[in-house]
This record gives sequence, C-alpha cells and structure tokens, in this order.
Amino acid sequence: MFQIFGIPSQALFGQLLLGLINGSFYALLSLGLAVIFGMLNVINFAHGAQYMLGAFTAFFLLQYLGLGYWWAIVIAPIVVGIIGMIIERLFLKRLQNLDHLYGLLLTFGLALIIEGVFRNFFGSSGLPYAVPPSLQGGTNLGFMFLPNYRAWVVIFSLAVCLVTWFLIERTKLGAYLRAATENPTLVRAFGINVPRLITVTYGVGVGLAALAGVMAAPIYNVSPQMGANLIIVVFAVVVIGGMGSIMGAIVTGFGLGLIEGLTKVFFPQAANTAIFVIMAIVLLVRPAGLFGRRI
Amino acid sequence: MAVSVAKPQALFAPGRSEVIAFLVTTAVFVVAPMFAYPVFLMKVLCFALFACAFNLLIGYVGLLSFGHALFFGWASYISAHAAKVWGLSPELAILAGTATAAVLGIVVGALAIRRQGIYFAMITLALAQMMYFFAVQAPFTHGEDGIQAVPRGRLFGVIDLSNQTNMYVTVLVIFLVCFLLIYRIINSPFGEVLKAIRENEPRAISLGYQVDRYKLMAFVLSATFAGVAGATKALVFQLASLTDVDWPMSGEVVLMTLVGGLGTVFGPAAGAFFMVTLENYLTTMGQWVFVVQGVIFVVCVMVFRRGIVGEIAHLTRVKL
Repeated sequence: MFQIFGIPSQALFGQLLLGLINGSFYALLSLGLAVIFGMLNVINFAHGAQYMLGAFTAFFLLQYLGLGYWWAIVIAPIVVGIIGMIIERLFLKRLQNLDHLYGLLLTFGLALIIEGVFRNFFGSSGLPYAVPPSLQGGTNLGFMFLPNYRAWVVIFSLAVCLVTWFLIERTKLGAYLRAATENPTLVRAFGINVPRLITVTYGVGVGLAALAGVMAAPIYNVSPQMGANLIIVVFAVVVIGGMGSIMGAIVTGFGLGLIEGLTKVFFPQAANTAIFVIMAIVLLVRPAGLFGRRI
Repeated sequence: MAVSVAKPQALFAPGRSEVIAFLVTTAVFVVAPMFAYPVFLMKVLCFALFACAFNLLIGYVGLLSFGHALFFGWASYISAHAAKVWGLSPELAILAGTATAAVLGIVVGALAIRRQGIYFAMITLALAQMMYFFAVQAPFTHGEDGIQAVPRGRLFGVIDLSNQTNMYVTVLVIFLVCFLLIYRIINSPFGEVLKAIRENEPRAISLGYQVDRYKLMAFVLSATFAGVAGATKALVFQLASLTDVDWPMSGEVVLMTLVGGLGTVFGPAAGAFFMVTLENYLTTMGQWVFVVQGVIFVVCVMVFRRGIVGEIAHLTRVKL
C-alpha cells in the first residue's frame, strides 16, 4: 500500500474506477441525447426512463425467459429502441413543427408515466441482478483490485461510443444523417426518406440509453427511479459539453465521471453537486459549452 | 433608445372581459370557504400564485424554467426558519423567504440566460437539483423531517393567524395583490418588450433593447413571486419540506400552467385549481398520481395546447 496526497492508493483508484464507470454511463446517455437532439431538435426527457426500461428488460429476460446478461445486452436495446420508435411515430412526429419545448414537455410526461407505473409494481427498492458468470472475479493490478465486470463496462462503453462516432462521422449513412440535420428539405429532395431516418435515429438514441441500463443493472441494481436522478446529471453534462459534437459528448462524459470520482475522495460532501458547480463555471467562462457551437 | 410602444394608453386599460373574470374569481374565493375546507383553498391560492409567477416567464418571455421549485421551496424553508427559530412575525418571515427567492433568482437567472431554448430548461433544472442537494445536507432544513410546527404568529403583531379565517383572508389578499402586480407587469411597456423578445429576439436586439437585462429582470420577478407563494405556503401548512424543492414540484407547476393555458392571465390559477383538486381526490392512489400527471401532460401537449382558459378564450373570442 502506498499513499497519494495522504489518501490510500486503494481508495483513490477505487473511486477513480467508480468515476470512470459513472463516466461511461454519462457518455452513453449524453451521446444518445446528442444524437436525438441533432436530428429531432428535441431534448429527450424520457431518456432516464428508457435507461431504466433497459435494465428492467434485462431483469425480465432473466426472470421469465431465463435469458442471461449476454442475451439481454443484445435484446434489451432492440426492444426498448422499438418502443422508442413507436413513441416517435405516435407522438413526437406530430410535434415536429411546433416549438421545441413541446417535445420536452411530452417526453417529461412520458417519463412520469413510465416511472410511475414501474414504481407501482416494483416499489422503490432495487432488485438485484447478478454479474454474469463469465465476468465474475477480478484482477489484482498490484496497486488496486480491478473487478472484471467493471473493467468490461468501461471498455465496452468506450467501444460503443467510438463505434457510434465512427458511424455518424465516417460512414455514408452518417453523412445522410448529418446532411438531414443541416437541411432536411434538401436531403428529402435527393430521394432520401427523412421521416424514416428520424424515426430510426430516435430508436438508436433510445437503444443506447437501454444499453447503458443493461450495463448498469449488475452495478446499481434494477430500480424504478434509477434513471430519474441520473438524467438531471446527464443534462448538466450535456450543458457542459454542448451538443454540437459527438466526440465532445464522449470526452465530457468520461471526464466529468472522473472529476466526480476525485471529488468523492478529496471532498465527499460536494460529490453530489460537483458536476453542477462545474456547469455553472463553464456557463460563466464559455457559455456555448466546451465543444458546443453557439446556438 | 427612444422607441415608443404602440398605443401606450391602451396598455394600461384592462379589457372588460378581464375585469369581469377578475371580479368573478375574487367573488368565488370570498364565498368558497362556506363550501370547501379553508386549508384546501389556501393550498389552491398558493399554487395559483406559484403558477402565475411561472407563467410570467414561459407565457410572456417564452423561457421554460424547469427549476422553479428551487425558489418556491427555498423561500418556504427560509420563511419557516425565520418564523420558528428567529421568531419573526409572519409578514417579516414571508418577506425573508421572498428576499431569498429574489437573490437566488438573480444568481440562477444570470447563469441560465446565457443559453437559450432547450438549454435554458436543462440549466435551471440542474441548478435546482444542486440546491436540492444543499437542502438535503444543510442542518437547518432537518432533512427528511423538514421544518415542522412552524408558528403562524400574529400578523403585524395584532391579527392572530392561528385563526383559520384570518389566515385565509391574509392568503387571499396576498394572492390578489400579487396577481394584480403580475397583471400590471405584463401590461406595462416593460411587459410589451418581454413579449417582443418572445416573438422575435433578434429583432428586439436590433431595436436596441438590452435583451439579457429584460430576461434577467423577468426571471427575478418570476422567482420573487414564486418565493411569495412558497413562503406563504410554509405558514399555511406550518411545514417546509423537501417535497417543495424537489424536481417533481418544478414539473407540477409546469403542468398547472400548461393545463390552465400558457400565456393567459387567468390560466395558471385555473390550472392550479384543477390540479390541486384532482390530486386531492387521488391522494389515496399513491404512485398513480405521477402516472395521472404524466397522462395529463401528454394529452395537453398532443391535443389541448391552449389549456382550459386558452380554449375558453378562443371559443368565446375574449381576452382572458
């Protein structure tokens, strides 16, 4: 054991790892929000509820169908993504030409409904979800003990983030998407089905939230309000990063997770508020956000 | 800038429909205690004032704040603390709560107006959540218990507010005075500039208005009136608790205003009346209250965007 600034290394690295894990979820969720916002101009308030739905889908798959984690990580995002596409077709599509605030209010209402229903049936306490057998145990790195599952969460979410970035910034489909964000009418004139592109984009954004939910299930338990408090922090992350750039959302998410972890070590009372304080400072110094364009 | 606002005389003359609606509202609340519980009516009045304050911002400047519980709840805490621990008289306790809300309004407003549209909602929500965590940790708020058994005291040292009728009349007077003040604000030249900003911000800037100052002023006014509502509520219920600073409260005031009619004078009060009555009937249903609120949100946004009063005004073609 050795110490850094009077803090045992075990505690410091432990909190940093926890920070990285939180950062993974911030990154995945703010990435989904950014993708949805870019295409639909809607802030998806139901993002937290959809993250929770992802975790519950994993729980149901295990409970009722006996399908484990590896199935869940594929099936849950698809199922929740399809629910998202239905929501887009039924509701959001009809609000397209109105003030963007209505989209926010609608998704807030949907979040209340979804979370309320789940709280009725499952109460407020969390349901346990076991770490998959293949990822149990851990590795001793010498300076700290690294649980395998947590390492997996960080690496896999980083990979998912980078793949999403690649899809949007470097592929033809991504080019359509970016073009449709800039000028939907013109892109439509080229024969591309923009309404379908919008629906699919919303589905993918929601699917990312569900994926984060599945990954969170073994760490934080499955509970109806797991998303409600997280989403407010993610909003602050989005304000800090600005929604202009995909890479910005990823970097800000992981970075803020780490900073939050450090706050827990050195100034535990402020751990809950650290990200909000950073948001206030960023607003004072760089109102458009670290990676944002002036909107 | 010497920019004259069109027809200044007309601005100060309230429409006949508005005068009638105001008199009817007043009459209803004067007679109502004979038919309903005073505490229920006082709850309605506090939330009606809260919603009117919120509407000042969304309805007339077009800014959606998702953190108004911050002002409502903190004013309620400070007023309760002032009345109970400092032993201030009720009018001073309410003033202390209101002043707190105003100061918080300046800080939050100055930060939030640096971004527009959707970001504005996220920033206010995040800052409100930060202050919620402060409320959880600060010792004087007593965490989950809240500040209980707040004495109502004697108004101006004379009128005993533990008498339910006295308290009711006080709350009604506070509501009516604030309502008229808000009405006066939205119909003043200042209010016209706010509406101009809502309709076309770049144009208001090009006309030489310091848009940010107007927005900040509107934000602080809205926060202050929300503070009056929260501070009064603490005395009515003799309680200040975490419920009043938490984000569902911010959502609730949005919903009340939406149900009543965004940007109408009487809508927020009507929406508050509707929602408080509804929740009164739903108290036994536990978590389903949130589901019902969510459904009302969805219905309002999808098919009922004018709200109750907005719809009436539209059908009868009068200004309300």
